[in-house]
Amino acid sequence: MATSSTADDLAVKPSSEALLHVSRPAPQRNYAQYLRWLLLFVGGVLMVMPIAYMLSTSFKYPHEVYNLNLIPEEPTLENYTYVLEDGRFYQWFANSMIIATITTVCNVLFDSLVGYALCKFRFPGRYIVFIAILSTLMIPTEMLVIPWYLMSKSLGWLDTYWGIMFPGLMTAFGTFLMKQFFETVPDEFIEAARIDGLNELQIWWTVAMPLVKPALAALAIFVFLGNWTAFIWPLIVTNDQALYTLPVGLTTFSVEQQVEWELIMTGAALATIPTLIIFLVFQRYIIRGVVMAGLKG
Amino acid sequence: MSAYRNLSIAQKQIVWAWAFLAVPVLFYVSIRFYPTANAFLLAFQEWNLLGTRRWAGIDNFVKLWHDPVFWIVFKNTMLYLIIGTPISLLISFIVAYHLDKVRFMHGFIRALYFLPFLTSTVAMAWVWRWFYQPVPIGLFNNFLASLGISQIAFLNSTSNALPAILAPAVWAGLGFQIIIFMAGLRAIPQTYYEAARIDGVSWWTTLWEITLPLLKPTIVFIVVFSSIGFLRIFDQVFNMTTNNPGGPLNSTKPLVLMIYDTAFNGYNMGYAAAQTVVLFTVLLLVSLLQLRILRDR
Repeated sequence: MATSSTADDLAVKPSSEALLHVSRPAPQRNYAQYLRWLLLFVGGVLMVMPIAYMLSTSFKYPHEVYNLNLIPEEPTLENYTYVLEDGRFYQWFANSMIIATITTVCNVLFDSLVGYALCKFRFPGRYIVFIAILSTLMIPTEMLVIPWYLMSKSLGWLDTYWGIMFPGLMTAFGTFLMKQFFETVPDEFIEAARIDGLNELQIWWTVAMPLVKPALAALAIFVFLGNWTAFIWPLIVTNDQALYTLPVGLTTFSVEQQVEWELIMTGAALATIPTLIIFLVFQRYIIRGVVMAGLKG
Repeated sequence: MSAYRNLSIAQKQIVWAWAFLAVPVLFYVSIRFYPTANAFLLAFQEWNLLGTRRWAGIDNFVKLWHDPVFWIVFKNTMLYLIIGTPISLLISFIVAYHLDKVRFMHGFIRALYFLPFLTSTVAMAWVWRWFYQPVPIGLFNNFLASLGISQIAFLNSTSNALPAILAPAVWAGLGFQIIIFMAGLRAIPQTYYEAARIDGVSWWTTLWEITLPLLKPTIVFIVVFSSIGFLRIFDQVFNMTTNNPGGPLNSTKPLVLMIYDTAFNGYNMGYAAAQTVVLFTVLLLVSLLQLRILRDR
């Protein structure tokens, strides 16, 4: 398309994204400014202390666990060997990964499909559908777990991947977010694609979707994180340890260990490390996504 | 296909719109609206999962009103809200306000504050649980002991347990709020500050007359968002008090935990559904009240 050069410019227009990069006057350099920096730095270090102690303890021998030192005197991988030898952690890790990934893909596809239809098509009932979907935001998950459980029980969905996943396959939040972002896609692009002979599904996928990539990324990050750490529903719907997600497995494992804190910390570290890695790799993208989702959603 | 070709452009759009929406509408009706209706219905019934569902009128609500545990739980839930929301709002604003004025290693410090937001609540609940253990196990008490201060009973005390459980919840949410606050601060045009500087307005007046009023939409969003989070607290309580969830003596039990216990340990589905209706009402009222109060000022 001849318009593709402008398309890129228009793709990243949502003002919230630009907000992080507004140029500011250079701050003055004086003692107050140094003190400000120092206090913020100390506060930041305190913020990551729980994570640091968790990681540090996971490399400690039992006799060293209760010392306050952050660097283990004799670092060991024994805790990890022990925890992973169990085998259940691999299973829980895989379960969480599969569930979070499928849910994320479904949300990205369906939320944007609905958001696009509500934004770009004129049809009777559009407003009602929009309000109906938006109204589900008011219903807390905790209210629905009982009916979902009854439903899963009668349909045989307890202790299945589908049972864990089905409540989160689409979200009103994601739909609303995508609708907001499709507003930034000019109707002229869609008209032009129609004249070129594309059908509506092709237009959505090849014209509109590439233009809202930053929003899709933000949505994907949120949905993945939400499902990776989700606790109450997986706890309710699974009874079979082989189907536990990582958080539910971690609870069971920690209760079993009772006072073996270095092993509990190792389990906690295994549940946390993946998200920490994702953060370190995609830091800029994630923070931008949080701002976008927070301000638009 | 020929029938489709004969349609006008507007009619084709209607066909496409509903084609896009078919699966999602089915999803929202069966996984959101039907369960919501079922939850409200169940609140007026009596059912232990085995027999038949019997109409109970408002019996469940009457029983709830006379249930002493419910009032303790209600008080706890409100305490989580009234302590958690202002504290996290204040800390995140102070950090964001100062971090916004810092350039040196800005991204790094921001990352330190943001990192806890990405951790799994269950994993971190266990880390904090370890911190709170008595001497010689817990980190906090060991630290106090090294300073010569007598140890504090955190999770075993009816008065300290609730704030102790609230702390990791506040800690984990700060990063998100700081990011949103900073985006809000950057949306304020610099010209206001320049004008204030030229007029010789004090720092304090600038904060109260320019920064805070212009930040109102951000504050409203953060207050409502974090309040909903504190009212729905569950993961931390469940994992930090597992030997006796909600203990000691129900002093930390929030509404969601009571719902979970009633439904999935007591199998009293109607009674639990009535509690979810209360949760729904509380969430709705608190959000509306906050929107009202904060919008007016």
